[in-house]
Amino acid sequence: MNTKGIKPMDSLIIAGRKFNSRLMVGTGKFSSNKAMQAAMEASGSEIVTVALRRVDINNPGDSMLQHIDRERYLLLPNTSGARDAEEAVRLARLARAAGCEPWIKLEVTPDPYYLLPDPIETLKATEILVKDGFNVLPYMPADPVLARHLEEAGAVTVMPLGAPIGTNRGLRTRDLVNIIIEQANVPVVVDAGLGAPSHAAEAMEMGADAVLVNTALADTSDPAMMGEAFKKGVEAGRMAYLAGLGPQRVQAEASSPLTGFLREE
Amino acid sequence: MKIELNGNPQEINDNSTIEELLEQLDLQIDRVVLELNHNILNASESRTTALCEGDKLEIIEFVGGG
Repeated sequence: MNTKGIKPMDSLIIAGRKFNSRLMVGTGKFSSNKAMQAAMEASGSEIVTVALRRVDINNPGDSMLQHIDRERYLLLPNTSGARDAEEAVRLARLARAAGCEPWIKLEVTPDPYYLLPDPIETLKATEILVKDGFNVLPYMPADPVLARHLEEAGAVTVMPLGAPIGTNRGLRTRDLVNIIIEQANVPVVVDAGLGAPSHAAEAMEMGADAVLVNTALADTSDPAMMGEAFKKGVEAGRMAYLAGLGPQRVQAEASSPLTGFLREE
Repeated sequence: MKIELNGNPQEINDNSTIEELLEQLDLQIDRVVLELNHNILNASESRTTALCEGDKLEIIEFVGGG
């Protein structure tokens, strides 16, 4: 407790490692490295995702890594682009060879239109990568049975989607995410499709352990302000969850007293 | 000699090491990760390996992503 008697936000623990922020951010689609950095900083995030791609030999440009303070942020490489387990495993190993800690956001998305995660290839890749010593954070459909399999395979979190990547449609999968939260023994990170701080707050109110957003922060005229908005949304949602939301009712229950009315009875 | 570089045919100096090739391309070795003929190279292999005719080299880096 601090001097105001307010409990500090409880820590997020993934694979035995403590984090103060429950908001993870992606680094894609920003209009500039400056915008990306500003959003990351304002978000208070401690975990940021990156992707792996071929260098454009004819136009190498700047490395974006120099804009990410490795003392401040845990770099979480993703396997975006992988269409099957084999491609995902290859990307994970490349990331590790680049000197990253062996944390991997596993993304296996064979369909380019909806970018939905392939459940079978994701489970396959999780099994291989866990055996290979990785901390695997698998991006997955909001399927509670799959979540159990991934957990049993040794995933350190499960990351069900709220809606397809980049759609900003919010927590479309709320009922199934609820079940996953109820049943999971590892942290549940809602990843993809969250477009507004209210979506993030909703996920946190339900009991999600963290959320991951990217498009919502990049696709706005003020990424830094949006980063801060999401930070507040995630904190608000977590506090509400810890405080305990009141039940929903059908019938009205008056907030003001039912006696002493100023009228003839 | 000809190699395949990032999926495309590329003409390079005979007996180039990978380090020499990266210098020619103006790429910092600590910014990239390398895969030669489907084998991921560690840091010292990256510096010292000599390239041969027909080699398949992938030069990969971190970029923004979600």
